[in-house]
Amino acid sequence: MSHLIIAPVLLPLLAGILLLLLRPFAIELRRLLSLLAVLGQVILAIALLPIVHSGEILTYALGNWAPPFGIVLVADRLAVWMLLTTALLASFALLYAVRGSDTRGRHFHVLFQLQLFGLNGAFLTGDLFNLFVFFEVLLLASYGLLVHGGGRLRTRAGLHFVVINLAGSTLFLFAAGTFYGVLGTLNMADMAQKIALLPLEHQGPVKTAGLLLFAVFALKGALLPLHLWLPAAYANTSAAVAALFAIMTKVGAYSILRLETLLFGSSAGALAGMLNHWLLPLALLTLLVGMLGAIAASALRQQIAYLVVASVGSLLTAFALGNSEGIAAGLYYLPHATFAAGAFFLLADSIAQRRGEMDDRFEAGVQLTDGRLLGGLFFLVAVLIGGLPPLSGFVGKWLTLQASMTHPWMPWIMAVILFGSLLGIIALARAGSVLFYRAELVRPSARRAGALSLEVLPVIALLLLCSALVIRGAAVDDYTRATATQLLQPDVYIDAVLGSDHNRQTALSLNSTGDTQP
Amino acid sequence: MEALIALVIGVLTACGVYLTLRARTFPVVLGLTFLSYAVNLFLFTMGRLTIGQPPVIRPGIEQYADPLPQALVLTAIVISFAMTAFVIMLSLKTRADLGNDHVDGKEDV
Repeated sequence: MSHLIIAPVLLPLLAGILLLLLRPFAIELRRLLSLLAVLGQVILAIALLPIVHSGEILTYALGNWAPPFGIVLVADRLAVWMLLTTALLASFALLYAVRGSDTRGRHFHVLFQLQLFGLNGAFLTGDLFNLFVFFEVLLLASYGLLVHGGGRLRTRAGLHFVVINLAGSTLFLFAAGTFYGVLGTLNMADMAQKIALLPLEHQGPVKTAGLLLFAVFALKGALLPLHLWLPAAYANTSAAVAALFAIMTKVGAYSILRLETLLFGSSAGALAGMLNHWLLPLALLTLLVGMLGAIAASALRQQIAYLVVASVGSLLTAFALGNSEGIAAGLYYLPHATFAAGAFFLLADSIAQRRGEMDDRFEAGVQLTDGRLLGGLFFLVAVLIGGLPPLSGFVGKWLTLQASMTHPWMPWIMAVILFGSLLGIIALARAGSVLFYRAELVRPSARRAGALSLEVLPVIALLLLCSALVIRGAAVDDYTRATATQLLQPDVYIDAVLGSDHNRQTALSLNSTGDTQP
Repeated sequence: MEALIALVIGVLTACGVYLTLRARTFPVVLGLTFLSYAVNLFLFTMGRLTIGQPPVIRPGIEQYADPLPQALVLTAIVISFAMTAFVIMLSLKTRADLGNDHVDGKEDV
């Protein structure tokens, strides 16, 4: 049993605690430590990548308690892919924050590390209740980060975000409780094999619990009609936090994918594929509504927030196709959408700061200093998000469309994705022309333009990561296809977690005696 | 006993949902607290209702109380406690920043 799996969970936790204790020390020291911790997480994810790419599923039983009785961490291809995406995004978001916005409130770095602790834990855990706990950890940290720096709109958006997520947590507990009441276990691998053998009279409660869980994950992932919290929350928070939050909706998407492939996958008997009826229409509608919101937006950050909603729609459309090509396309699209949204939020902050009191509203006005560089970057990001060739957005969309060819809903999927992209391009073209071309007044910028290279470095780095997705496209595609194949064989996951067949039999018989109690 | 417990959970949830949909922050916080009470009770009953049974499996004992939901409830209580504290602080901050206790910051409701 390798201890490497628990390292991505422990490192941010310990770094967060250390940063809390180091509060009396200079901010430079804490910034350095925070950056080193994030860098460490990138290295850990890269170290795990070749191990899981060989097809091995690493498991780690905490306290050496054998699953399904103990808590277990599982690192498969999907989990490590998410870890790597998170760590890379976090390192550039942090690099942007250490330029000064981290001192506008207390404990920024502590909360940032705890947020990563929750994210990494949620990706690695193999236990449903532990998933709930890690969700709470990442949410509690995100509440703090969201209102970081204060301000009227930010506080109001924070209150809405907190209340809706607390209601979501309650639903999660109801779902977890129902699962435990029927199945007698919360280990996801064990749950999967129990669901496969479920007698008819227990299918109703399990289906209810599964749909409740789906609703919770749809809330976290901002799936229609539960997306209404997202635009206000993302548009009003600080740039680095908004960039990091680009991964938060993906946690919901990740959980939906796990639910869809592991618990209600092909081997789930009568309940197999029960989410697919809901997921595809909702995902397509989310894509459309997100793009319409982007067109109607009156400020740049609001527009980006709606584009994040739309990207969740595209992502879940790919996942909802249910075949291995669709899931692979989604997994290709996921890091692209995350990095592109992160870069866009950081860029929007740079633009807004140069426009003085006009902020990021779509009004013709100030001639931007450094307008060429920022405009060029804006163009690149727009090409990425609009999904135009030759960048990764186009490849992701192409893969999704290709995977939908054999799907019975093919005309609808094609129409919505292509029309949605058109709407997105119109929205971005309008934003770009208002911000960069319709500027008559030449005024000195609100902020001095010094250290520009440091300011745009994270944006450029995130854009380079997106182009790496295209340049190394064959390798990435290879990995995502292998991941999709692995996800569609839940038995491999179950075997890896619960060990040999012998252990599984004992686990089954022990649990079934538990069920017979009055 | 089952009917009584079910009724209690149902009433708590109904009160929680009603209060969460109110327009002022204080009832909303109370509503969330009611919801967390309801779910804690629900989790507790998922180990089945037993009275005076040992929680540890031993030879010769046929009936026992399931200890796992109790551990889960403990975790859920601690988390909801922390969340309630946080949401109260945030409501106070909203009251200070927006000048009133409406959840959308509007005075004329």
